[in-house]
Amino acid sequence: MQGAFREHRRAFESLNCEVVEVRKPADLQGIQGLVFPGGESTTIGKLLQNEGLGDRIKELAAQDMPMFGTCAGMILLAKYIDDSDQYRLNLMDITVKRNAFGRQIASFEANITIPALGNDPVRAVFIRAPYVQEVAPNVGILAEYEGKIVFVRQGNMIASAFHPELTPDKRVHQYFLNIISEYQ
Amino acid sequence: MLEIGSWKVKTGLAEMLKGGVIMDVTTPEQAKIAEEAGACAVMALERVPSDIRAAGGVARMADPTIIQRIMDAVTIPVMAKARIGHFVEAQILEALGADYIDESEVLTPADDLYHINKHDFKVPFVCGARNLGEALRRIGEGAAMIRTKGEPGTGNVVEAVRHMRTVMSDIRRLSSMPKEELMSAAKEMGAPYNLVVYVAENGKLPVVNFAAGGIATPADAALMMQLGVDGIFVGSGIFKSGNPQARAKAIVLATTHYQDPKVLAEISQDLGEAMPGLEIATIASTERMQERGW
Repeated sequence: MQGAFREHRRAFESLNCEVVEVRKPADLQGIQGLVFPGGESTTIGKLLQNEGLGDRIKELAAQDMPMFGTCAGMILLAKYIDDSDQYRLNLMDITVKRNAFGRQIASFEANITIPALGNDPVRAVFIRAPYVQEVAPNVGILAEYEGKIVFVRQGNMIASAFHPELTPDKRVHQYFLNIISEYQ
Repeated sequence: MLEIGSWKVKTGLAEMLKGGVIMDVTTPEQAKIAEEAGACAVMALERVPSDIRAAGGVARMADPTIIQRIMDAVTIPVMAKARIGHFVEAQILEALGADYIDESEVLTPADDLYHINKHDFKVPFVCGARNLGEALRRIGEGAAMIRTKGEPGTGNVVEAVRHMRTVMSDIRRLSSMPKEELMSAAKEMGAPYNLVVYVAENGKLPVVNFAAGGIATPADAALMMQLGVDGIFVGSGIFKSGNPQARAKAIVLATTHYQDPKVLAEISQDLGEAMPGLEIATIASTERMQERGW
């Protein structure tokens, strides 16, 4: 749609997955999991409102379809966005703060530990990234960076503030594929 | 280990802009319209290229007040232009907190020999190119994103098409070369050898490549996308048209649904007047912005 879809495609294809790009409701036919790439959340939000794509995605979420949002994708999955009334899918019980680390000049990469993925740290790339300010009790925290929540899971949905699609480490993508296999 | 402003972070933001439209704006109100239409970023300017062309004289970096007000008005990334070679304008834009700097031929060059050493900055740069050699020279200097130059402020897409086709055909030529020919190709193109090797091996540029310079309609945007660009810059095309809101929204949709002529036919309706166009041949070669830079 808009954003880093090519990088996600490459990551999943290297894990022997078939990937389709979703631009309109008809493209959702036959998919097993849905990824919301990094990009601009206001832009993707506009595109989701076109032809009822967002509403169709909400129906799939109601059937527990696995979904994975990175950065802008995290913002779109959230129910609450600090200081913004922009369009969202309203699916995860989290409060997200946009551009929370600052503008591009403050964008960074750092090592973070994700216990669910083992002891080896993950190189995490944060680009004008959000973080999660608050989670409901039904949301699991998968990783924090300097006390800020940057990776969460709720049921079959996961959301990261960083961009695992920009680094060669495929553990986050594999983690999402495991959620899909359990769901099938 | 924490790294700020790394190459990954600089090129990463450009990756996030892919499939999107970056719009020239001169006021906070226009920036809001662009954001509302679904722009993935805005370019903050004092005047759009067609007005710069009409005004003549020396075109410089925009007044920082304008850039600041536009940054305050929207949540999407804000880019700003510095003159070719004017590294102090770039320092000022970095200090202001601009998200991307366009070292741009739309402004009057400040240095007739050298471009900015963009490696010196934490903020990423986008630069224009007419062919692969020029693109790789800019990337060698540290540009994290490339765009076609086209001919800004004309509403005429022909130069952007020419530049994109030239880059693509240069890439195809390198891809088919045996390795021993690459050094000579690098010499001929005036491009860094390591980047020539990268392009030959990967069949693509190492950074994101957008179209710019003359895009005025949804069809123009879709044409450039079908030719293989990653996204679209629209300069004068939106706010010099009859109905900026409708046109901005239509160009965003055209950039997403560029492969779907049915959708394109629908969204191209009722947009009002497009910006007035200029025939390239009527512009004296000294007035052609694409000739600026090397």
